[in-house]
Amino acid sequence: MNTMTEQVLTRYPGAGRDKLIPILQEVQEADGYISKEAVALIGRHLGVPASKIYGVATFYNQFRFTPKGKYHIMVCRGTACHVKGSADILERIERALKITAGETSRDGLFSIEVVACIGACGLAPVICVNGEYHGKLTGDAAEKIVKSYQQREATHGN
Amino acid sequence: MEQMIANGNMIPFEKGETVLTALKRAGIRVPTLCHIDCLPPVGACRICVVEDTATGQLIPSCSFPAAPGLSVATHSVKALKARKTIVELLLANHPDDCLYCDRNLNCDLQKLAEELGVRQRRISGERIAQFVDNSSPAIMRDPEKCILCGKCVRTCEEIQGVSALDFSGRGSKCKISTAFDQSLNLSTCVSCGQCVMACPTGALTERSSLREVMNALQDPKKTVVIQHAPAISVSLAEEFGLPAGSDIMGLMTAALKKIGFKAVFDTSFSADLTIMEEATELVERVTKKGVLPMITSCSPAWIKFAETFYPTVLPHLSTCKSPQQMLGAVIRHYWAGTQGIDKKAVYSVSAMPCTAKKFEAEREEMLVKGAPDIDAVLTTRELAKLIRMYSIELDKLEPAACDLPFGERSSAGKLFGASGGVMEAAIRTAHYLITGRELGNLVVAAVRSGVGLRETALTLNGLTLKAAVVSGLGNARKVLDEVAAGTSPYHFIEIMSCPGGCINGGGQPRGIDRENVKRRLAALYAIDAAATLRVSHKNRAVAELYEKFLGKPGGHTSHELLHTTYQARTDLL
Repeated sequence: MNTMTEQVLTRYPGAGRDKLIPILQEVQEADGYISKEAVALIGRHLGVPASKIYGVATFYNQFRFTPKGKYHIMVCRGTACHVKGSADILERIERALKITAGETSRDGLFSIEVVACIGACGLAPVICVNGEYHGKLTGDAAEKIVKSYQQREATHGN
Repeated sequence: MEQMIANGNMIPFEKGETVLTALKRAGIRVPTLCHIDCLPPVGACRICVVEDTATGQLIPSCSFPAAPGLSVATHSVKALKARKTIVELLLANHPDDCLYCDRNLNCDLQKLAEELGVRQRRISGERIAQFVDNSSPAIMRDPEKCILCGKCVRTCEEIQGVSALDFSGRGSKCKISTAFDQSLNLSTCVSCGQCVMACPTGALTERSSLREVMNALQDPKKTVVIQHAPAISVSLAEEFGLPAGSDIMGLMTAALKKIGFKAVFDTSFSADLTIMEEATELVERVTKKGVLPMITSCSPAWIKFAETFYPTVLPHLSTCKSPQQMLGAVIRHYWAGTQGIDKKAVYSVSAMPCTAKKFEAEREEMLVKGAPDIDAVLTTRELAKLIRMYSIELDKLEPAACDLPFGERSSAGKLFGASGGVMEAAIRTAHYLITGRELGNLVVAAVRSGVGLRETALTLNGLTLKAAVVSGLGNARKVLDEVAAGTSPYHFIEIMSCPGGCINGGGQPRGIDRENVKRRLAALYAIDAAATLRVSHKNRAVAELYEKFLGKPGGHTSHELLHTTYQARTDLL
């Protein structure tokens, strides 16, 4: 049983479908993502079919359906970063990790998220890995950063 | 009635009606794509726009309320141009392979493009490559052919109460998907096929079994037999351009024999057999204080619906297999022996108005000693394709009779094709079984007329049996909520998945056309009215089958071959 989701749902007794989005937000806050189990529980609680919940959740960019990786890479695609070539940065990272934005690598180490603006336009183009900012990147530099995290995992493990 | 103006003429309308309804009554056709007659309008596709002559604005007739003083031009140049542009936009990312599509020559989108004179690809949109979902034993989904009209979503949710499908994503990434974009076999889809009936393109089709059947027909080691469901003979005609409601039983049988089926049997025979088993089970449950109400189990999409959404109701389901499976079982385990054929050499095909029958035939519970009751299921549409593929010209055939012993049927068995039919047949036989007398008037009008829930009560030897009939799974939910809560007032409930029963099944000629369904229904009732054998318990072939093979209804052999079990499927999203 998904206790995190159940805890969220206890805060919404007798709720209807109008509470779906706040519940999804809280579940994601607690679990890091929206799991199938969570959707099943939410659906039963609200009396809303799972397909409908998935439809609502996929409408918004904020919801993810796979757990975040150990290293969660946020790639800024805001205006300033875009002008400074963030499309290339994203592509290089995706290629290096063999996953696309919104996905998590099979080993569970890396996930990529595209965000609209991190609020660090002075550092454009910028990415943020687990809260650590890397600015004024080039494609090569971005790849190097990814490699450094991969290496850290390989040497230290866990 | 109030009046509005269409194309310069006054036309009447009732308060609250839409412009489209008023136009339809006046005999003015405006094309529609996303509109479903019995559901509230959504106005999503805009193909039905007409021009408001006062303002020059285009209004969607399907959702715009008719009003006095409103004047519309249905086929002004502006309206026609707008419709054409809409079709061109829909085609912008639509595959061009009509020749290879299941819906070729029978496609709403293709028909509109032709009607509106689309002759070139004026607009090209980005196409997103998507996988064909062939995971379900019953239904195939090709998302690339989808035009996002939403008819399948609304049918699944508002008519069937299943909601296996919904829109997901946004903008250009919007598509129809199941929860978590899983394949259909992992979703709550019950395989009823009503979405296939609603789909205006080739995005939703049945999973075809034609190839397997053709291969079997040519295999000298196989004896290929076919059974056809009660609703088929009154529906197949439409696939050949004949008026809806024509009964072409004899021609169809002749065509099937010409194609090479060694025997053609009538599923109405095993409908009679089902009645004997089910009536016995009901009497047993009533007299021995078993689980009541008992609910019919003929409709496989209903079975999966119960297994998925109402697992606590499963003990209420009759353990009887459906007529398709019963006939399949007796063909393999009895008939084969009487013909001196190895039961494993029998290839048993069924023609059904249903897509869920394909799912039912593949259920593991339907294996008897490792052998399936049915090898392949063809929908009405596939049956028509088979007849065309073998170049059979129906009008040049002499009508033929079904093969015995499973060709003999009562008209009560034939009524299984309509919602209320199982109940009517069961009441006729239950009356006889309990009182020893035939029902005075065999027509049970209370279960025949109307839509949604119908009820009737029957007093037999001081025992009052209350019965209910409901079709369309969305309508069934209310009745089932009562059963689940233990407050249901009934003894016996008939549930059919599709609105109106099998005559409106998901395997029938395409389109949601209530008028055609009414004509098919009238044809079934006409057959019953004209029949001499109208009760299942007088079917001599059924009696003989019990004498020679099965023993007695509800007996040991029956239980082995004709009854089944169910499984809760609460893990499906």
